[in-house]
Amino acid sequence: MIESHLSLLIVVLPLLAAPVIAVLPNGRLPWAVSTFVSWSVFYLAAWQLMNVSSGNVISYELGGWAPPWGIEYRIDAANALVALIVSGIAALTLPYALKSVIKEIPQKQHALFYAAFMLCLTGLLGIAQTGDIFNLFVFLEISSLSSYALISLGKKRQALTAAYQYLIMGTIGATFFIIGVGLLYAMTGTLNMADLSQRLPELYEHRTIHTAFAFIMVGFALKLALFPLHLWLPNAYTYAPTVVTIFLAATSTKVAVYVMLRVVFTVFGFSFIENTPADELFLLLCVMGILMMSFYAIYQKDSKRLLAYSSVAQVGYMMLGIGLGSMLSVTATLVHLFNHALIKGALFMAIGALIYRVGSSRLEHFSGLGKQMPWTFTAIVIGGLSLIGVPGTAGFISKWYLVLAAIEQQHWLIVIVILAGSLLAVIYVWKLVEVLYFKQTNENSQYTSQQTHSKEAPLMLLIPMWVLVIANVYFGFNTELTVGTAEQAVKLLLPSVNQ
Amino acid sequence: MSIPSEQLIILAILLPLIASVLIVFAGKSPNLREAITLITASIVAFIVVTLAIRVQAGDVPVLELFEVVPGITVSFNIEPLGMLFALVAGTLWLITSIYAIGYMRGHHEKNQTRFYASFAVAISAALAAAFSGNMFTLFLCYEILTISTYPLVTHSGTAEAKRSGRIYLGILLGTSIGFQLLAILITWSVAGTLDFKQGGILEGKLDPAYAGILYALFIFGIGKAAVMPFHKWLPAAMVAPTPVSALLHAVAVVKAGVFTVLKVTIYIFGSDFILSSGASDWLIWFAATTILFASFIAMTKDNLKARLAYSTVSQLSYIVLGALIATEMSLLGASMHIAMHAFAKITLFFAAGAILVAAHKSEISQMKGLGRAMPVTFTAFTIGSLSIIGLPPFGGMWSKWYLALGTVHAEQWILLAVLMISTLLNIAYLLPVAINAFFAKPADGSSYSKIKEAPLTMLIPLSLTALACIVSFFYPDPFYNLAVGAANGGGS
Repeated sequence: MIESHLSLLIVVLPLLAAPVIAVLPNGRLPWAVSTFVSWSVFYLAAWQLMNVSSGNVISYELGGWAPPWGIEYRIDAANALVALIVSGIAALTLPYALKSVIKEIPQKQHALFYAAFMLCLTGLLGIAQTGDIFNLFVFLEISSLSSYALISLGKKRQALTAAYQYLIMGTIGATFFIIGVGLLYAMTGTLNMADLSQRLPELYEHRTIHTAFAFIMVGFALKLALFPLHLWLPNAYTYAPTVVTIFLAATSTKVAVYVMLRVVFTVFGFSFIENTPADELFLLLCVMGILMMSFYAIYQKDSKRLLAYSSVAQVGYMMLGIGLGSMLSVTATLVHLFNHALIKGALFMAIGALIYRVGSSRLEHFSGLGKQMPWTFTAIVIGGLSLIGVPGTAGFISKWYLVLAAIEQQHWLIVIVILAGSLLAVIYVWKLVEVLYFKQTNENSQYTSQQTHSKEAPLMLLIPMWVLVIANVYFGFNTELTVGTAEQAVKLLLPSVNQ
Repeated sequence: MSIPSEQLIILAILLPLIASVLIVFAGKSPNLREAITLITASIVAFIVVTLAIRVQAGDVPVLELFEVVPGITVSFNIEPLGMLFALVAGTLWLITSIYAIGYMRGHHEKNQTRFYASFAVAISAALAAAFSGNMFTLFLCYEILTISTYPLVTHSGTAEAKRSGRIYLGILLGTSIGFQLLAILITWSVAGTLDFKQGGILEGKLDPAYAGILYALFIFGIGKAAVMPFHKWLPAAMVAPTPVSALLHAVAVVKAGVFTVLKVTIYIFGSDFILSSGASDWLIWFAATTILFASFIAMTKDNLKARLAYSTVSQLSYIVLGALIATEMSLLGASMHIAMHAFAKITLFFAAGAILVAAHKSEISQMKGLGRAMPVTFTAFTIGSLSIIGLPPFGGMWSKWYLALGTVHAEQWILLAVLMISTLLNIAYLLPVAINAFFAKPADGSSYSKIKEAPLTMLIPLSLTALACIVSFFYPDPFYNLAVGAANGGGS
């Protein structure tokens, strides 16, 4: 019974939970309910992945309306992997949230905060699950609107402007996307993605289709913060409450990358993209993004902003895989999607623990904290190494596949850029590590007194953080789940290359 | 001994790791903490000696742990060259541990728990590197070794340590990610395997025209081999406490570098392919230049550890040169030099540390006349110097002998001249230190009557390693046999 409705339940559970949580009394109850929901969803997502990991596809018809007229949820390995990432990160972020939210958000807003969090989760999972491009837009708006609200809850006043900036950019992106979808609908009369992929090839030469493609690409490039459309991201990540930053950094851009994959490979097909300048443009923007954003990261004085710029650079790696368009490169994109969620989740959680103790995210206030908070410090070191791509960590596996894909196509410039990006990552990661490791001698800021009393972060923060840190090492050695699933997904995404 | 060799490999790698965890928990009780280090080091030394005996008897233990991505495994496989490196690193760890206890306590260093814990992790990584069965495993251990030694290099926590730490990590991580990883990836995409195989895996698969570029990526990517211009990290690392400089930056870390060069030469390219493709023709001059330049720079350094560091840079390029010439004799000499240079250089560093602890002196110009106050230390220093120079009856002679023979066989007369000039330079920068200590008078006329020898925990190790320099001249068989096995390309 449950199994046949699995795909829908994953989306419906958090959706139904949201209004319930909103009317619960402020206190621990909203947190407990949303944690329970997120764990249930995680369980369902893992179950779903098991069902599709052998290469079959689940097709679920909403309300019993047959596709392409009704909405279809079409789950293959790619969807299932993304749903697993999103629900998994949510299931780890929520236990972490309890203490962090009490410290950062006024108590009267707690119930609303968790309700918005559930809506955001609904939206992201919905995007991952649905096989209908208009339905995707609906979930996109659900996740976006709730994230604007979540970001604006940040402690500092800049959180409001950051949320507003994101609102404007996000709305433009969503509008572009829906214009593109409208054009596709006008040409083909269908909104079902599988159906679209059947009907589009005969219309490849049509200018409207090219326009639609351009609108959709630009719209989603805004959502996933592809350089140079990334301007909203650093502020949003820096000023949002810690928990929100963790969740969005680990999931939101990943889901957007997934949509890119879906649109480029399933809906339009890579043979269409190859005849447009889009793939070269992707490569160019990614190369510029990786290099420039890594440089930006080096010069940041705020730890959250440093990681935010690093995230923009990492989006470049994921999009490189799409631009190269080979089996290996798309595998790399999917693997990095998963691994980067682990990396950034772990790092932002560790930074969050520092903020929890020190009350600031500025680098200079972290001086010498490594000794007082050894577990948090070690988490940052391991997460950082994974971000750099040192062997023995998950990040290495992503780099491995990505560079191999570039070598395969003899794109030596891209090979160099990927490796140079890793070297720049060494610099900005070690900047963070050095600050924590060495004590600054001349210190007269107001944080000194607090610092000398700083203890290790509470267990409620440490356990989720370390689950992710251990996952970073585990998936550096055992890639059955990541690479295995990605390869299954690629077989369905790139059927033409496969034969 | 009934434990299978495969399990001994696991034990040799795991024991130091477990020890490092125990050391952290025993941090409050220094005696217990040091006992853990010594007991583990003794067991590990025993294991590597046992393994060495078995490998010489023809045992070839192979151990495959798990598959990371399809076709790439974490696996261990002992062949003579790896055994030679492990034998040197494993036994010297025990001696260094004894020395370190004397040094760290005598010098009142802080954060000793972190020191011993990181040290154990570094040794584990070095042993794992020695036993690696494929290039991926070796690269993994290589990087762990880099990162685990960072806290040792920056031990003092001063601004200088921080700066040195940046250079250390910047060069080692930078070259390994920028060049070595790229070289490994190209190797994988060309050959479809990363296993170390007798005769190499690239011949017939890689266009000989590109062999030189790939080989250069490896040689410069292995920053730990300190071929100029990527040598700066080694002098920078001298800011670390002396036991670290002695074991890690004269033996484990730097030898892991040249060991990787040899592995790549013998088991990835294969010496035949190197010679037929001419991959090393132009790289030889980088090694030759490093040998000479580093010696010249060593002469200008007044700080004893800095001088020794540049001497190490120069000596490492002997081994790289031996690999690049790629004849049987030169590979034999290069392999033996791993052991011979290790004994000599660790003796010199031990002596430098003893001088620092006992007389609080680090500059060579202040050591005039000190030899009469510290005769044992300076005798050991003299023995180490002579072994580096390559005079009989010291072990260093053998490796230099075979390296020189290698250049003769390859008819590389210029390189033979480089080796000979370098020997003269060794004399010029090492012997005056000992001679002035024994025969000159202190510059400011002060007397050293109050200075005594360093504590016994330091004297015994440095006497032992000095003794090893002499013994290895008369009885080089263990190292010679392993080196022959390595030079023949794996079969012993």
